[in-house]
Amino acid sequence: MAENHFFIDSDKLSPAALERKHRLETDPSVRTDHMKYAEGMDQIDPTIRNNVMADMKAYDYTKYTARDVIRALNHDVCTPEDFGALLSPAAEPFLEKMAQRARMETSKHFGNTLYIFTPLYIANYCENYCIYCGFNCYNDIKRLRLNHEQIEHEMKVIADSGIEEILILTGESRAASDVHYIGEACKLARKYFRNVSLEVYPVNVDEYKYLHECGCDYVTVFQETYDTDKYETLHLMGHKRVWPYRFEAQERALMGGMRGVGFSALLGLADYHKDAFATGMHVYYMQRKYPWAEMSISCPRLRPIVNNEMINPLDVHEKQLCQIICAYRIFLPFAGIVVSSRETAKFRNGIAKIACTKVSAGVSTGIGDHESKYTGKQTSEEEGDEQFEIADSRSFDSMYGDMSGEGLQPVLNDYIYV
Amino acid sequence: MENEDKLVIGGHEFTSRFILGSGKYSMNLIKAAVEDAGAQIVTLAVRRANTKEGESILDYIPKNVTLLPNTSGARNADEAVRIARLARELGCGDFVKIEIMRDTKYLLPDNKETIKATEILAKEGFVVMPYMFPDLNDARDMVNAGAACVMPLGSPIGSNRGLASRDFIQILIDEMDVPVIVDAGIGRPSQACEAMEMGADAVMANTALATAGDLQKMASAFGLAIQAGRKAYLAGVGRVLLRGAQSSDPLTGFLRD
Repeated sequence: MAENHFFIDSDKLSPAALERKHRLETDPSVRTDHMKYAEGMDQIDPTIRNNVMADMKAYDYTKYTARDVIRALNHDVCTPEDFGALLSPAAEPFLEKMAQRARMETSKHFGNTLYIFTPLYIANYCENYCIYCGFNCYNDIKRLRLNHEQIEHEMKVIADSGIEEILILTGESRAASDVHYIGEACKLARKYFRNVSLEVYPVNVDEYKYLHECGCDYVTVFQETYDTDKYETLHLMGHKRVWPYRFEAQERALMGGMRGVGFSALLGLADYHKDAFATGMHVYYMQRKYPWAEMSISCPRLRPIVNNEMINPLDVHEKQLCQIICAYRIFLPFAGIVVSSRETAKFRNGIAKIACTKVSAGVSTGIGDHESKYTGKQTSEEEGDEQFEIADSRSFDSMYGDMSGEGLQPVLNDYIYV
Repeated sequence: MENEDKLVIGGHEFTSRFILGSGKYSMNLIKAAVEDAGAQIVTLAVRRANTKEGESILDYIPKNVTLLPNTSGARNADEAVRIARLARELGCGDFVKIEIMRDTKYLLPDNKETIKATEILAKEGFVVMPYMFPDLNDARDMVNAGAACVMPLGSPIGSNRGLASRDFIQILIDEMDVPVIVDAGIGRPSQACEAMEMGADAVMANTALATAGDLQKMASAFGLAIQAGRKAYLAGVGRVLLRGAQSSDPLTGFLRD
């Protein structure tokens, strides 16, 4: 299998920093135990984590045949075993049939509606060394943390474009963007948007409760990969390195009062069959334990970052991505499926008619650059670098128009705060 | 005479017995339901009505149509009550369809919480139309709490599986003095027709229309099927034999006058 070349040395790093970086990259013994909770991290009932890990370990996608795939497609209700078959290589020749079934399930649960939202990055400081991420602490990028006024200005620009749901993101730095800072951003967002959600570093139950009180109602955490051994080799430093704490973030968020939670494996990091299977099982067990909660799955693939154009999603091509998304839909008909601007306009237009129920528009993964990106106006404000390169830069208006043109009904918000 | 066959809910009269649900909305769907299926009541998800001008479903509902705001998204009685009050503030009138779900997978209604919400909202003057799992005891409790009708599900929302709960809906039809409106799961005009033949007072559908190949034709088919089923019910459905023929009194024909 091809490999990504993640390691890039910046010439701005001191010799000491470079040495530490290289030791982290080459000597596993200097890294912390990624399965051990750090001090202060909540530890909750591990049942779901244990179940998902056991199922993933037992999942052998090479054992399935065309007969298993046909049986899975003929079942009214897709079992975990059927889901395994649909994700396997044996299902690849059945992609069109899977898409048809997925489309039917989508229309039963979501009709022809498609939600549109936009992400807003408010800070890109990060304390972690995740070797594939543009925000990683060793990557030489322009760092920025927006202040209260700057956040409000960005929100006004976005709200003026017509968007009603916002997803607030930060780099994973408790020091540069603490929970209180994020909470204040949520309070501001409630002035301009109907729905506010977060994609920030995982926090404890009481902190999720606080963020919920500040106006956030939905939390997404990307697990990146469910393969703990692989995870260890990709997340070399920082509290993101603690795999189980990250795994349990959605459950803690629901315990803190959130209405819904989002899940994701970043496809291309590890064996995508196993990662997609684990993602689906994670949602499956969570839904059984928290049947009232809304759940969604994001389906990102690796993208190039600032200073490393070589990063790519390896063996997860568009066909494989489509297969994964269809399998998610057939197995979890009730779950929202998000396809972000990491994918091209053509792919997003197509997948929105099959299984995707939520897309972003007017996207920037940089910091403080919405005005210049939306209006072309050069501002004197500083801007921070992007987390990754996007592939679909459509504005809200053009996304709205394109989706209506595809026969879909764009929806700008889907619930009220009660 | 059929002109006098009216559906009466909370003192309001309707000549149409088709109600458009709201789960999957599009402006074309509302237009087809009103123009081609003759709907006089259109459900409105309050959670989606609270949007900017020009985007709200409210802007697309003709003035002569009665709005039926629903409380979808509510997970308990308290949330449903708050959504209903918000609907009233938004100018949606006094009708409210209570939908309370604690399950996002099947979207099955929570009867217990629905009874609680019915009691509170009926006291506040709402015309309460509760979406429910077809249970006779719960239906009675809802009516005692002030419900203007009951809305049992035929099968899970969006499933298009028709009258999976047929026998229990029949019990409600036989026993309840308020209108029984079959909500959820009706996937074909023939299923709507069957519900009406059984004596249901009205049928609600959404997905069946929203996902049809030709929206207008399907809306029209639903309108006709509901009328046909109602007419058959009023006519008194005759005896239907499973197979073969029978003399008129096979067991008691020997008796003398």
